[in-house]
Amino acid sequence: MSKAFRLRVDWGACDGHGLCAQWAPELIELDEWGFPIVTPGPVPAAGLAHARAAVDACPVLALKLLAVARR
Amino acid sequence: MTDGRRLLAGTRGDGAALTLHEHLTVHGALPLPRRGEAKHLQHHLQGAGLRGRGGAGFPAARKLAAAHESGRNALLIANGAEGEPASLKDRTLLQLTPHLVLDGLQLAARAVNAREVVLAVHSGGPLPGVVTRALAERTGRGERDVRLLEVPNRYVSGEASALARAAGGGPSLPALHDQPLAVRGLDRRPTVVLNVETLAGLALYLRKGPSWYGEVGTAEEPGTLLLTVRGDGAEPVVLEAPLGTSVRTVLDTAGVPTADLQAVLVGGYFGAWLPAPDVLDVPLSIAGLAQAGGTLGAGIVIALPSSACGLRATAGAVRYLAAESARQCGPCLNGLPAIAGALDQLVAGEPPPGTLDKIAAWSGLVSGRGLCHHPDGVVALVRSALHVFAEDVQEHLHGDCRRTAGRVLAVPRGTW
Repeated sequence: MSKAFRLRVDWGACDGHGLCAQWAPELIELDEWGFPIVTPGPVPAAGLAHARAAVDACPVLALKLLAVARR
Repeated sequence: MTDGRRLLAGTRGDGAALTLHEHLTVHGALPLPRRGEAKHLQHHLQGAGLRGRGGAGFPAARKLAAAHESGRNALLIANGAEGEPASLKDRTLLQLTPHLVLDGLQLAARAVNAREVVLAVHSGGPLPGVVTRALAERTGRGERDVRLLEVPNRYVSGEASALARAAGGGPSLPALHDQPLAVRGLDRRPTVVLNVETLAGLALYLRKGPSWYGEVGTAEEPGTLLLTVRGDGAEPVVLEAPLGTSVRTVLDTAGVPTADLQAVLVGGYFGAWLPAPDVLDVPLSIAGLAQAGGTLGAGIVIALPSSACGLRATAGAVRYLAAESARQCGPCLNGLPAIAGALDQLVAGEPPPGTLDKIAAWSGLVSGRGLCHHPDGVVALVRSALHVFAEDVQEHLHGDCRRTAGRVLAVPRGTW
């Protein structure tokens, strides 16, 4: 079984550059002020590549892929 | 303690703090457990079901247990940085009976085997002096050192992660943390933040035992709590009451008229409005408020008379809360002033079309998108106001109601 991940925004670091939404438009859209609205819940397997690209694209390293905790 | 006071037992009418000697005369000796008894202490506390009194109502023992499990270099912070403008209970407790708080702090420090213990208060004002003097009285008793931490007199300074950051020499601003602070906080150390009233309650509970503690209150929420009570134009009053006491009884005791009331704000600026007359029968407990669709929060009870405009009063509070944003997170920094502005337009009468929709949309945008729950609290306050004062909303859509805000929702003028 593969692990599940979720996208987490570090709100203190995020400056609304918006690159994340360009790289993963199916997972992230921007609000009227340019800040990311992330689809809640685990990233679907098909979206992981885009999610990783979005994480890499953030100029202030505000986006992270965190493993979803198993209970 | 025949007058029902427990937390405030023996406190002086002149506003001066009980000396250590006076404190021990009122409460008796502090039963400090021996080293290695942390587990017993925790087990004891788990059974007590004591809930935190900082506003979130989190079970205190769970925080202590999480820290104990997570490591041996825990940081324990007593939160006396009462940022909620309508709340006076924490500063009152510290000013009148600091040793009860310090007792609780020593007990909690044992329970988590804390490496470092900090007591945080706002700078300026009387609290740094009161705490310093009380700590000086306790030297030579074999207690753990307590460091006094002064933080800026701002709303977010008392937020748990902001305290952790300040304790480490950083700014008093909320911090990112992917795990609960009690598991991994400042410098990856377990960081436990407990409200000063929670600590005072711990000290009473461990001194007197569950039977005594549970003689008042409810079965699930034993004991007493501190409340800050305010009505139109009156000076706010801090009262101690058993959990489960009705809003009516509390207002009566505080001398706030209950006839001709429009609504009561319970929980303060993170709380919710509840309509009169039903609110008068609501029991003041975590469960009682939850059942009524409100929240107990930090124990604030504000009565709004029929002569005042609840929307106008709320708009003033929201304007203040927007200005108190830490300004670290885009949604809060942008969204709260937008909401405040739209509310002001509504209150002024005949707002632009779509104002209510905009408030709802922005409320959705600021919720859960930030480093702390400040915006979530504002949203809850706004939603409850629009709901409870729905008739006023309709009136304001067509013009100003011309009632005043009343003198109930205080916002600080200048610094303390």
